Amino acid sequence: MIPEIGHLALIIAFVFAMGLAVIPMWGAVRGNSAALNLAPTLAMGVLLFVGIAFAMLAVSFLKDDFSVAVVAANSNSLLPAIFKFSALWGNHEGSLLLWVLILSGWMAAVSWFSHGLPSVMVARVLSVMGMIAVGFLAFSLLTSNPFERLLPNIPLDGNDLNPLLQDPGLIIHPPLLYMGYVGLSVPFAFAIAALLGGRLDASWARWSRPWTNMAWAFLTAGITLGSWWAYYELGWGGWWFWDPVENASFMPWLMGTALVHSLAVTEKRGVFRAWTVLLAIFAFSLSLLGTFLVRSGVLTSVHAFASDPERGLFILIFLALVIGGSLLLYALRAPTVASRINYTAVSRESLLMVNNLVFTVSTIIVLLGTLFPLVMDAFSLGKYSVGPPYFNAVFVPLMALVMPFMAVGPLSRWREDSAARWLHELLVPGAVVVVFALALPLLFGARFNVWIALAVLLSGWVAIGVLKDLWRRLGVGSGYGLRWQTLTPSFLGMATAHLGFAAVVMGAVVVTQLNEERDLLMKVGDVEFLGGYRFELTALSRQAGPNYMADQAVFEITQGDKPIATLIPEKRRYFASGQMMTEAAIDGSVWRDLYIALGEPVEEGAWAVRLQFKPMVRWLWLGGALIGFGALLTVADRRYRRQSTVKSAAIAEATGLAG
Amino acid sequence: MRVKRFIPLAAFALLALLLFKGLSIDPTALPAARLGQPFPDFSQPELLTEEVIGASALQPRPALVNVWATWCYSCRVEHPYLLALAAQGVPIYGLNYKDESEKARQWLSELGDPYRLNITDRDGTVGLDLGVYGAPETYVLGPDGVILHRHVGVLDEAVFERDIRHFFTAPGRVAQASIQEGGE
Repeated sequence: MIPEIGHLALIIAFVFAMGLAVIPMWGAVRGNSAALNLAPTLAMGVLLFVGIAFAMLAVSFLKDDFSVAVVAANSNSLLPAIFKFSALWGNHEGSLLLWVLILSGWMAAVSWFSHGLPSVMVARVLSVMGMIAVGFLAFSLLTSNPFERLLPNIPLDGNDLNPLLQDPGLIIHPPLLYMGYVGLSVPFAFAIAALLGGRLDASWARWSRPWTNMAWAFLTAGITLGSWWAYYELGWGGWWFWDPVENASFMPWLMGTALVHSLAVTEKRGVFRAWTVLLAIFAFSLSLLGTFLVRSGVLTSVHAFASDPERGLFILIFLALVIGGSLLLYALRAPTVASRINYTAVSRESLLMVNNLVFTVSTIIVLLGTLFPLVMDAFSLGKYSVGPPYFNAVFVPLMALVMPFMAVGPLSRWREDSAARWLHELLVPGAVVVVFALALPLLFGARFNVWIALAVLLSGWVAIGVLKDLWRRLGVGSGYGLRWQTLTPSFLGMATAHLGFAAVVMGAVVVTQLNEERDLLMKVGDVEFLGGYRFELTALSRQAGPNYMADQAVFEITQGDKPIATLIPEKRRYFASGQMMTEAAIDGSVWRDLYIALGEPVEEGAWAVRLQFKPMVRWLWLGGALIGFGALLTVADRRYRRQSTVKSAAIAEATGLAG
Repeated sequence: MRVKRFIPLAAFALLALLLFKGLSIDPTALPAARLGQPFPDFSQPELLTEEVIGASALQPRPALVNVWATWCYSCRVEHPYLLALAAQGVPIYGLNYKDESEKARQWLSELGDPYRLNITDRDGTVGLDLGVYGAPETYVLGPDGVILHRHVGVLDEAVFERDIRHFFTAPGRVAQASIQEGGE
């Protein structure tokens, strides 16, 4: 009964989404305000019924209803309850439902927080999002029904959740990532609504900005968490693999990074308007493309869902409609008159243009690398896989290229600035950073490492730019006391995110350069030295977990006479699937991680063991968290909430009902 | 220059065409050089007995030939299912691919042995003749010793029931007719 209620709710949600896609849009064309004002109600309807469907599926999982196909395939009666719940999105059908739930959540949020906006704008935005919801609900109902039953042969127990996914990180990683992916539909919908309305101006950019920053913050958090999960769960200590599915989430992030910056220019200066709209379309298109790549089976990846061509075709048609339709709209409606607002080559506009170029090129580079195997295959030119060497060779220099500009950006002035002033502001800090870059690498090791020197130089430069800006805003030394009120959430968010970026770069370079690892055969009593630490294998034992059996090894780690940690890596064998899992043990700190993973039992009492010393690896995720937090902080800026009724009335008039 | 505005649309159209073409390709379906042909003859020691055997030793048929190695993580994942298949009476022959025989024997004694016999292919020559891409791979050998189907990657129940089961239940002629299907 419960699955049927869920299925019915999903159908009702589909009907509401159809209404949302059609009625307010019609109202916007005809100037019918009753139809326009129906948009928020319809959006709430979609949320309510998708929510019911989601809850019903969750209940089926928690109650071990193995007559439901996805429950039987992805859960097991022995599975701890929290993983029964997260198993809901550990598969194609359930994760699609989560996708739609989050989309309707964003829709509800837009209708809730947009009271200051002209109702025609809200109606158009919600209606565009309704169209997306129609597509995904149809996809779910027609090709991937999560409520499909296995009748009459109900399995006695389920196949179990893939042990890789039985991890706390995987409980929140997909929802966060989807919040980001799907959140990009909001700036997309704003862009489409603005194109339909024919007005692309600063107010449009101001409305989309908080949504964009928020979605981008979630995407950042999702990607960061995914990297952290891969690091501790996959058991070989890597943190980024340039796997197609990772790329699928990384491309919208790169495009989103360009969008976040481009929107700033459009809001403040009214330039780059057509370009910003295009970026908004691209960012969400890349989310959809990622969905296609992950679920259609055109690319092979460790993360890919079991896929079939029918689903692939459905998403492709949907993709063609959404992306093709919006790019056509762009071609027809984008502003063609060159903006009368001008700026010079030495200005903040130009610096932000550099950001846009670098991040767009990076996206294209990643896209090409991801699709290259598919292209070669499609033209029968052979089977290829594009690996990290390609991505690193192109991506790393691009990031190095953007960093010199990052320090200048926040200090620069709009419209017209002078290189002499930049020099004046940054000469002394620059000199300090150079000294640091030459001196600091010596602390890490005996040999001077030029890559670390470069990382210190670039990251230090970015950090100095931020600090100098802070210094100037506060008016230190002006004699009037510190001007705390200049530290707006916008500024603090930007500063935090830029510092976070610098931290990621430092972490990535240092751990790549100074990582030490050793593969060994160890018996109880064996000792090994790595990175100045003494690793002793003191015991081996076997422990039973709730749904697995684990071989454990106990390592005592000391530095000199000082005990540092006791690490217990495990090798687990899961009962239901017979799958083996490596649970690495990590002693982490800001400056270094000690990482132990068990390989195979080689002979009686001896295990193949991998020991790793990973300096500053945590800076990657710490930096990622700072970037995400910074982006979230900007949303708190007061100017986004100061949409006074006077102003919005004027905007409503300007936007016009006759789109 | 309004035409310029259509560039993104044109670029996307190309991408969509590519993706459409991509849908009809299975990235895991690799051309098997030997599909529809007899299993390549060889002369290699058996893993446990170390007695030299050839293709004629792969009896009874139809049967599966499973390419595996101890260095292959996915082989460990698929191993329990192979044991289950062997218990059902499906004949499975192993091709121990580019592996150390000592480790391989230990693997079988620890995890159980689903194989009727194992071809020791230390240098990978049999694999080369067969067109092996990597471990694990599984080939279906017809009653007359012809390779009928190839599966790349982990063999599990879903794959077996969908792509392979019918070779073992259908009469010889039906099995022959599905060469096409297996070879796409």
